[in-house]
Parts: sequence; C-alpha cells; structure tokens
Amino acid sequence: MVTVSPSGNTTAAVTYTPIATNTFSSTQTTITFSSIAGTYKDLVLICNVQRIGTAENPSLTLRFNSDTGNNYSMTNLLGNGTSASSNRNSSQNMMNLSYFSMPSSNSFAPYIINIMNYANATTYKSVVSRGGAAGSGTQATVGLWRSTAAITSVTLTNDGSPYGMSSGSTFTLYGIGA
Amino acid sequence: MPILGTQASQISGHLYAPTGSMFHIASTTLSTTATDVTFGSIPADYTHLQIRVMALCSATGYPRLRFNSDSATNYSYHFLYGSGVNAQSGAADTVTFMQNTYAANATNPSVSVIDILDYANTNKYKTMRSLNGQDSNGSGFVWLFSGNWRNTNAITTVTFTPETGNFNAYTSISLYGVK
Repeated sequence: MVTVSPSGNTTAAVTYTPIATNTFSSTQTTITFSSIAGTYKDLVLICNVQRIGTAENPSLTLRFNSDTGNNYSMTNLLGNGTSASSNRNSSQNMMNLSYFSMPSSNSFAPYIINIMNYANATTYKSVVSRGGAAGSGTQATVGLWRSTAAITSVTLTNDGSPYGMSSGSTFTLYGIGA
Repeated sequence: MPILGTQASQISGHLYAPTGSMFHIASTTLSTTATDVTFGSIPADYTHLQIRVMALCSATGYPRLRFNSDSATNYSYHFLYGSGVNAQSGAADTVTFMQNTYAANATNPSVSVIDILDYANTNKYKTMRSLNGQDSNGSGFVWLFSGNWRNTNAITTVTFTPETGNFNAYTSISLYGVK
C-alpha cells in the first residue's frame, strides 16, 4: 500500500505549461518539437489541423526521436455518425492518430494527444488521444512506442499526402509537471 | 521561466512563460510493487481534480477507484471501448468501486486521464469521466468511462487498486487540482 499526501505550495506548483507553439503561415508537411527537456511528467500536444488537397486521404502521424523503425502500434475507437467500430495497426513505422480524413477547407481537425511519462528511460511509452474530423467522424486512440528511450523530440506529419497541411493549422506543446 | 528552446522544423516557434489554473497536488512513482495507491488529505482548494496514470500491473485486470475509502455499493459507471476488432458499450450499477481503466501486463503501460468534477462540493453526487487505454502491439483496448459516486461528501481521499495482483514498479500516478 502506498499513501501519498499533498505537499508544497500550490501557488508554486502551477502546471500545464505551454512549452512551444506554432501556427502555420504557409503550407507545411512536417512539424517537429525538438530538444524537449525531461522536466515534466507528461506532455500534451494540442493540434488543429487542415490538409491540402481533396483527393488524398492523409493521416496525422506521430514519431518520437525520429525513430522510423516498426516500433509503433495503436488501437482506435471510431464513430462515423452511423456506427461505432474499432481497429488497430501493429508494428508500424509511425503512430497514426487520425483514422478519418482531415478537412481540406473551412474546418480544422482537433486532436489532444497525451504523451504519458515521456521522460522515463525504463518503460515503453504510451499515448492516449482524442480527435476527430468535422464531417467525417470522431475517435479515441491509444498508441504504444516500443522504446524505453526518453522522448526528446516529437514529429507530426500528414502521411499520405504530398501537399501538406494548410496555413492556419496550429500546434501547441504543453508540459504537465509533477 | 521557459524550460526549453523548442524549435519546429521548417518553421519557427516561440516560448511562453508559464501561466494557468492547473496545479500539481501530489505524485508517486512506485519503486517496488504495491497493492494500492491512495492520495489522502486532498485539500478542497480546487474546483476539479485530474488524475494522470501510467500503470504497469502484474496481472490483467481493471484497476479500481474508490473515494473516501467507501467500499459500499455507491458507485456506478458506463463505458464505451474499442478492442481493435469492434466497439462495445456496457455499464455497472450499485457496485463497490468505480472501474476506470484496463491494464494488461508489466511491459506495455496502461495510461489514463481521469477528471473528477466538483469534488469538494457537498451538495451533489460526484461524477467522473476518463479516457484511457493500453496497446500491446497486436492487442489492446481504448476506453471512455463515466461514473457516479452517490455521496455528497467532499472527496478527500482517492484510492486505486488493481483488480488482481499488484501495481508494478515504475507505475506513476499524479493528482492535479483545476481552479
């Protein structure tokens, strides 16, 4: 049994700290948050993304520490307005967080991605996120990166589209202290 | 002060000074196995609580949540989950705990973000919601839970207990208050 009691001055313990942010001023294919210090307990990445081009079905994908090995997997819970379903992908070279096609005009696709215990160098890393795409569907995802390395960089890409993500797409990384 | 100099590839980022209304109350990272984890003496200084969990368990099961050590049949919950094959929903009522996550093994962490609303209010039953899951590269679940504790007492204690077995070392649970 472990009992934990509060400690410290809560005024000094304010958290959910913005680390870095970017709003695309032009079309981009990739954004990387790098040199992430191990100062926090968890990371939260909030994205609001729009794709370029309507012919493709690009996905918002995540990589840690530039790892392109087949070390990622994920399980999705999906709702498309008609029915609920679930699927998974195993041994992928990236973590796909958007099953539904992101909007290509007017609307943006919101994602709130929790990267838990990112700085520990002992366990695999798990991610839990909520996202969706206006007009397409909503989803929850749990992902696994089979690496014990501390996460020091996070790269987001719209895999599958040569055209990229549109201007106005926003990305903000927060740190949750402990 | 900003902690790090994050930069974005192809574009430039900038830093903020910390602000906000979320406060760290207490944390534990287990150095060895534990049968349960309890946050006690939770102050009533906040409006809501958030608990962030990374759990490694010695056995497959559903870690349970109890408030103020209440083990009576005052809890109920609903859930919606994806198994990687299909989506299902279920519920339990008049039970002695609040189920809020799933944990399968000691290698692939189960992670949860749990929100407990109006925890210090003494005029209403308490409600929670959570998002959690575990992926094991070929198996796993992702869950949405909501739950009710039929008690108007302010919540001062939160206890996590594995359904079976123990929490393993490196399990990490943090409690936050939201103003």
